Amino acid sequence: MGETPSKQVAVLACSGIGKTWGALARETALELVERVRPGVARLICLPLLVINDTEARQAVLEHPVITLDGCPKACARKSAEALGKKVEHPLETIQFYTAHRDLKPEGVAQLNEAGLKLAQVAASELAATVDRLAAGEQT
Amino acid sequence: MGLPIAKIGIVPCSGEALPAGTVCRLACRQVLDKLLPSQTVAICLPLFIAGGEEERRFATRHPTITVDGCEKRCAAKATELFSGKPVQALLIPDILRKHGIPMPARLRGFGAGEEAAVRVVAEEIVRAVDAAAAQTQTQESQHGAL
Repeated sequence: MGETPSKQVAVLACSGIGKTWGALARETALELVERVRPGVARLICLPLLVINDTEARQAVLEHPVITLDGCPKACARKSAEALGKKVEHPLETIQFYTAHRDLKPEGVAQLNEAGLKLAQVAASELAATVDRLAAGEQT
Repeated sequence: MGLPIAKIGIVPCSGEALPAGTVCRLACRQVLDKLLPSQTVAICLPLFIAGGEEERRFATRHPTITVDGCEKRCAAKATELFSGKPVQALLIPDILRKHGIPMPARLRGFGAGEEAAVRVVAEEIVRAVDAAAAQTQTQESQHGAL
């Protein structure tokens, strides 16, 4: 049996309201915290960083961070960086599609089947990264 | 011929960690895509801080309606901070309480059980947009008459 991860990993998703890639970021983050690494991957509402919420800010500064952005504007990563945090593992969701071109996500309010599947695959692939970060290693 | 309808900016919190954030996101998309597509524009809240000049400029020049999933009111506070006071700041727990609808318990995979919550929030946004549009038209008429 493996060692218990030493700490939590903060996950920030852009959840962009206007794009499929934002929806994919949100769904991947939820897959990660609910199914793949519950209790270790910790989802933090990105809007809380916009208003400089003390608890959210502390969580980002104290834990390793994975950001999931839907576009090159990288709102999630920049929101963390605005706090002085160097994000340990910044990602753009289009990377997941580039690696799995058979799963083309569509939809914003609701992802299509391929998009939901891509989120599952992406979150599963991120499991090892979460484990490394939780153990205090670099990715 | 009537006056052109001003676009109203909808600023959802879309909070990822609460079921209300999902209600918020789905209700706003319903308004933007189906109910009032020609009158509303989505404003991506995180872009406010990530340097989205277009978002900030739009929200400064147009009426905005914020939709928040919890008492922290991130959308309302951020809009006021970066662009100006929203014409209406809606809070989802208040809306659901008013209609006697329980807050959904899950973060995703919404179905029939959560449909009522999404619908009443969308309807409340529509009422807010109608009110904001009427107010804008009245103001423009008054300015035009001067």
